[in-house]
Amino acid sequence: MVDQDLVGQDLADVDALENDQPLLAATSLSKSFGRIAACREVSFALYPGEVLAIVGESGSGKSTLLQLLSGQLAASGGHVSYRMRDGVARDLATLGEAERRFLFRTDWGFVHQDPAQGLRMAVSAGANVGERLMAVGWNHYGRIRNAASDWLTRVEIDVARIDDAPRTYSGGMRQRLQIARNLVTEPRLVFMDEPTGGLDVSVQARLLDLLRSLVAELHLAVIIVTHDLAVARLLSHRVMVMKGGSVIETGLTDQVLDDPREPYTQLLVSSILPP
Amino acid sequence: MNAPAYNFAYLDEQTKRMIRRAILKAITIPGYQVPFASREMPMPYGWGTGGVQVTAAILGPADVLKVIDQGSDDTTNAISIRKFFAKTAGVATTTATDAATVIQTRHRIPETALHENQVLVYQVPIPEPLRFLEPRETETRRMHALAEYGLMHVKLYEDIARFGHIATAYAYPVKVNARYVMDPSPTPKFDNPKMDNCPALQLFGAGREKRIYAIPPYTKVVSLDFEDHPFEPYRFNAPCALCGAENSYLDEIVTDDKGSRMFVCSDTDYCEGRQTAGHHGSLSAAPYKEKAGSHG
Repeated sequence: MVDQDLVGQDLADVDALENDQPLLAATSLSKSFGRIAACREVSFALYPGEVLAIVGESGSGKSTLLQLLSGQLAASGGHVSYRMRDGVARDLATLGEAERRFLFRTDWGFVHQDPAQGLRMAVSAGANVGERLMAVGWNHYGRIRNAASDWLTRVEIDVARIDDAPRTYSGGMRQRLQIARNLVTEPRLVFMDEPTGGLDVSVQARLLDLLRSLVAELHLAVIIVTHDLAVARLLSHRVMVMKGGSVIETGLTDQVLDDPREPYTQLLVSSILPP
Repeated sequence: MNAPAYNFAYLDEQTKRMIRRAILKAITIPGYQVPFASREMPMPYGWGTGGVQVTAAILGPADVLKVIDQGSDDTTNAISIRKFFAKTAGVATTTATDAATVIQTRHRIPETALHENQVLVYQVPIPEPLRFLEPRETETRRMHALAEYGLMHVKLYEDIARFGHIATAYAYPVKVNARYVMDPSPTPKFDNPKMDNCPALQLFGAGREKRIYAIPPYTKVVSLDFEDHPFEPYRFNAPCALCGAENSYLDEIVTDDKGSRMFVCSDTDYCEGRQTAGHHGSLSAAPYKEKAGSHG
């Protein structure tokens, strides 16, 4: 009994230590396309289980920042470090291509605004969800299929449609399928680029609800890019406001949205129509 | 009049050197698709321009050439290519698998076991096994480089989800030497086990796609599958109607418009060999005799 308690205690300590260190840290990250600076000196740290929203108008550098953070674009200056599953923080720029791609299909997820970019539209929903599992060496059809139907249930898609291709799905279903496909390998960090863009309001609400419960349940860290402040308010713990490639304000979501300091943030908040 | 109209085996020596270099590279990296500067050949793409170039590059004056098309030695394609090399290289040709040193094939591996002194040259239409799953060639090359083959199983998954079993019957993907996933050209999957640990050198030429790849002798070739849906070679459940063979790959031949059909060996040389040796099937008398001709 005593021993078990000790073990339990140790595990709790390790967990606490894990949560103590940032999962992803950006240090003066910059990117310029010729004379245009899309991203200037962005620094922040993201902790496990934390949801960070990046808000700002079109052209403010949100999507560029997301691509820099996920290693899809090489930065002009600064660097991003990520704490791997073995606890060692590594600079993304020093990862080999094989390592980066492996990270991308195991420990990370990327939810695109347009599901067609994140899904294979011509293969069945089951195979879409199972692809990541097969990529990490799952070789048992029955188990892959069980995992796929399990995840379809979790994202509220009727299991009877497991063999249908996503091109027969509605927009909301496609987006939920994309989420299932990303979460099946139990990633620790998910990038989302306008996940609710192009969906009607009731479908948005349902999707947000689902995302919120999954994030809490799986203890996911999320970086979500959105121009919709309502999405930021519902999902995120912290908000970063971008304008012209720079972060102009950052803080707890409630604080930033209820008591904005910067004139630009005040403008953003005040431009939402009252409900 | 003795000046030859063609260089030996049609292609000029520089071209043959270039192809041989590609072949050597392909042999050293089993299953890897080596690009080569494919030439125009005096036949249309899809008729074996890749195979013909490989054959031309490896052929020597002492070689004995056999050409098969879907197992058959006597279709237009097989006869034309045999004649082509008889004319341009003056090599001996044969239809007997045993007697041949170079066998160019379209879509079959002979039933008779190959031996160490033979080279099997495949004609390949589409060398990229991932082509229909990932259309970007830049991406598929990267996937090969990093050995990311999860996508290949997506194809097999789809088969089982749709048909209840792996329904891919030809061009069934294999893993060569535990590294590269390779398209064995559209041979029926019945032939896949013959590629494994084969004593003969196997060369693959894709003319339109400009790729050469190879399986060196005695190389491990494994057909991809799932633990709970293992690879199974497919064969019609019938004996050959002409020679009674129970273990050869069969062609289904429709004999009238009332649903009658017969199954015969697709490997004509094997079938004829068995008939000469006295084996008979249920229909040995009918269509086979046609060749002899009752009308004169």
